Amino acid sequence: MTAQAWMIWPENPALSFVTLAVLGMVFLYAARRPVHELLYAVGALVGGPLRIGGRWLAATAVAMRQRNKAVLLAHGRQEVGSRIEREFERVEAMVRRDLQGYPTLQRKLLDEITRIEEDYRKCGEVPPPPPDWVEAVAAVANVKSGSEMVQSILEEIKRSVDKMHEKTLGEYRGSCETRHKILEGFMPFWRSVDKTLTSVDKKLAELQNGASAVDAQMEKYEAINAGTDKAEQMLTVSAFTQFAVALLVMLVAAGGAFINFKLIALPMSEMVGAGDYLTSSLRTSEVAALVIILVEASMGLFLMEALRITHLFPRIASLAEHLRRRMMWIALVLLVTLAGVEAALALMRDMLIADKQALLQSLATAAPAAAAEGWVGRIPTAGQMLLGFILPFALAFIAVPLESLIHSSRTVAGVLFAGLVDGVALVLRIASNIVRRMARVLITIYDVVIVLPLLAEHFAKARLGTRRAAAGKRRGAVDVDDSAHQVR
Amino acid sequence: MIRCLSVFLLTAALAACGDARNHAQAVYVLVDTSGTFVQEATKAQVVVNYLLGTLQPGDSLAVARVESRSFTEKDIVAKATFDIRPSQANAQKRAFRDTTDGFVRSVKSSRYTDITGGLLQGAEFLNETGAGTKTLIIFSDMQEELDKITMRDIPMNLKNIRVVAVNVVKLKTDNIDPRRYFGRLEAWQKRVKAAGATEWVVINDLERLDAVLGRR
Repeated sequence: MTAQAWMIWPENPALSFVTLAVLGMVFLYAARRPVHELLYAVGALVGGPLRIGGRWLAATAVAMRQRNKAVLLAHGRQEVGSRIEREFERVEAMVRRDLQGYPTLQRKLLDEITRIEEDYRKCGEVPPPPPDWVEAVAAVANVKSGSEMVQSILEEIKRSVDKMHEKTLGEYRGSCETRHKILEGFMPFWRSVDKTLTSVDKKLAELQNGASAVDAQMEKYEAINAGTDKAEQMLTVSAFTQFAVALLVMLVAAGGAFINFKLIALPMSEMVGAGDYLTSSLRTSEVAALVIILVEASMGLFLMEALRITHLFPRIASLAEHLRRRMMWIALVLLVTLAGVEAALALMRDMLIADKQALLQSLATAAPAAAAEGWVGRIPTAGQMLLGFILPFALAFIAVPLESLIHSSRTVAGVLFAGLVDGVALVLRIASNIVRRMARVLITIYDVVIVLPLLAEHFAKARLGTRRAAAGKRRGAVDVDDSAHQVR
Repeated sequence: MIRCLSVFLLTAALAACGDARNHAQAVYVLVDTSGTFVQEATKAQVVVNYLLGTLQPGDSLAVARVESRSFTEKDIVAKATFDIRPSQANAQKRAFRDTTDGFVRSVKSSRYTDITGGLLQGAEFLNETGAGTKTLIIFSDMQEELDKITMRDIPMNLKNIRVVAVNVVKLKTDNIDPRRYFGRLEAWQKRVKAAGATEWVVINDLERLDAVLGRR
């Protein structure tokens, strides 16, 4: 097919083009109405389902959010409920512990207070007896002095009075001293009372803290029960945080598992053989090593379940106490055994590597490298063995972040999926709008292409309209003349 | 980490079924002892040592000499299929190395060079091992010389065998006319390919052994 095949007159491309354009325009003008309808129909055909799909997805996203919210609140209710239970248990234990000793404490306090009161009473100040001889002294004082006899009597009286005064004063001082001693004896009791009251104060403060914690948890619980947006947001944020932390810990644990795998993969070939392959690059010994690691992780999981640290298996949680203990011991024994096996494999790995190294050196006919002698040379071996023994126990704790990850992943996945569905709904709605608008744009473009026939049609219609109007006017004038004639 | 993850995923996928293919490797080393090439035997020892260092437990290795008539088991100097346990395999490798050391020290020059007979014997050994990867290494100048009664104009079967010619030294006549050297190599390539060999490789620089033999 040549480039001139479309030309009616190959020697005159311009004329050919104009002729074809005119013919095309005529054809397009003739087909204008059906083409418009076709474009509208195509727009509706494609845009309609897209819009319906978008609406359906938006409704699904809303339903998912509601479902997520229900699950989140239920989970949060359960979690906060168990926390409140634990707080109550703590408070109960505190109350039991403290109130158990409270009667003794009260008795002690009462005894001490009674004793203090008695002592206080004892140390009350007794005023010195009023001197009976005061009046006698007054009478003597009124006696007229002058005679020697009176003077000597008075002096005698003075001596007697001084003597008695000193005796009374001595007794009074002794009494004061006794009271001071009694007051001094108060001190230990005061201290004891102070200590007892401080202890009571401390315990009451602890109790108050416990009660505050319960109050805080109860507030959360009430908010969750009420299904408020704040509670939902709080739980969602908490789930995301938990998910991120658990994921991080799991990644660290995966690193540990990788080191563990490296430690036992080579020596496992000594047990299951190095010649068997599962795929072109995957040896059976490597799979066996991985299986051992997974078994260790499983034992750790069961151990954590049996210790009631995690609650992934309701069946284990609902086991009878003696069965649970038995299971715990079995898991622990298996874990210790596997850890021992790993330590032995780590030692074998070191031996195999040393043997291989020696062989390669002998093949290279080079002088063997001086091996580190003594305990220094054994440090890597001991380190590997220790690592082989410890890593299984470290891996056992994967169960805790795993549980968090599983629980929080429901919320995280739900939120992300609802967001994704919402995003797709938005895209569908936009696509629907674009398709419908595109149909209109195409219709307009179509009209632009056939603008000349449309202009001609417009002018023709306008002229026809003018003629009809003129004819109408003429007909109107004739009618007026006829009616006037009839009136006449 | 990626390997560990792939191990985990593949374990889950392949828990019930193993890989039916044999991943073991078998290598047959032919050492030319004719004429002056016998002096190159120490280089052959380097190749054998390299193989002993790289072959894995479960792999097979044999070393044979090329003599006047080489289609016989008597020309196999040492052969072993290494144990699947690495420690036992290492012990076997040590014993193998001692045997080949002894051979290299006591090797005597042969009058003729029956490369075809050696190839036939090697192919037979390699096929018997049932290994997944079979390699036949020829340590020779690739100049075949047969006596009058030896018949070697027969078709060979080297199907699924990779043939590697190592240390193909140039003869005096090759130096005069290099076309003889290239023609000789080309003729062997045609013959080996016609026999069904998967690959024909020439390595004159022993440093490049790893690049070729390292591939499984």
